[in-house]
Amino acid sequence: MADPMKIRAAMAGNQVEVKILMSHEMETGQRKDSKGATIPAHFIQNVTATHNGKTVLSAEWGPAVAKNPFLSFKFSGGKPGDKVVVTWVDNKGDKRTDEATIS
Amino acid sequence: MNPNRRTALKGAAMIGALAMGLLKSAGAWAQSWNKAAFETKSLNDTVKAMGGASAAESKDIVITSPDIAENGAVVPFSIASKIPKTESISLLVEKNPNALAASFGIPDGTEAGITTRVKMGQTSNVIALVKADGKFYYTSKEVKVTLGGCGG
Repeated sequence: MADPMKIRAAMAGNQVEVKILMSHEMETGQRKDSKGATIPAHFIQNVTATHNGKTVLSAEWGPAVAKNPFLSFKFSGGKPGDKVVVTWVDNKGDKRTDEATIS
Repeated sequence: MNPNRRTALKGAAMIGALAMGLLKSAGAWAQSWNKAAFETKSLNDTVKAMGGASAAESKDIVITSPDIAENGAVVPFSIASKIPKTESISLLVEKNPNALAASFGIPDGTEAGITTRVKMGQTSNVIALVKADGKFYYTSKEVKVTLGGCGG
């Protein structure tokens, strides 16, 4: 299981600004190890953020997203105390869900 | 789940994973991932793979990024779209092995703007592709990459 995500959700005016830092290798499948063997691709493919069960952002990623991905976006309709839940799934089927409370 | 999107290859991979007992939750992993679009190399091919005919250049999309990235492994990008009914925002790096880096679905109520960080293999045009009200729009920007870190 991968390390937890760091998620911050804070009111910015009447919108909620969400900042997510994930912990993931994001291996491209293009690199070779010291023996010249290709390191298999290992990267997050899907990211979903929900608020009160409603999807506020969905993402499909390729291996070009940087290691330990960072993601930030804003949505309206949230209020302090609500939870934002973020889930990612990688190309090996590994997944991780974390949540943050809007401040 | 959209069966049309899944290729035979992905299906085979899933069966393999099932056989190995790795797949604990088939439903979650079976989320759509547009494999065809991620394997294309050019803007036009990507737009086609995403279901559009062609994209029109638009000044209502803004890419915010450094003009010169010293480290191609972590290049920050912000993309904002002012086009009404923006449904998705995608980021493409023309000279990467596969152009499409990331694609974001923007539901109602979410601001049409995202910030993330991507890898760039070399100096390249970066393209922001926006789907709004069923049509595709794009804008592009050149980002120089100096892997040596001398600041160019």
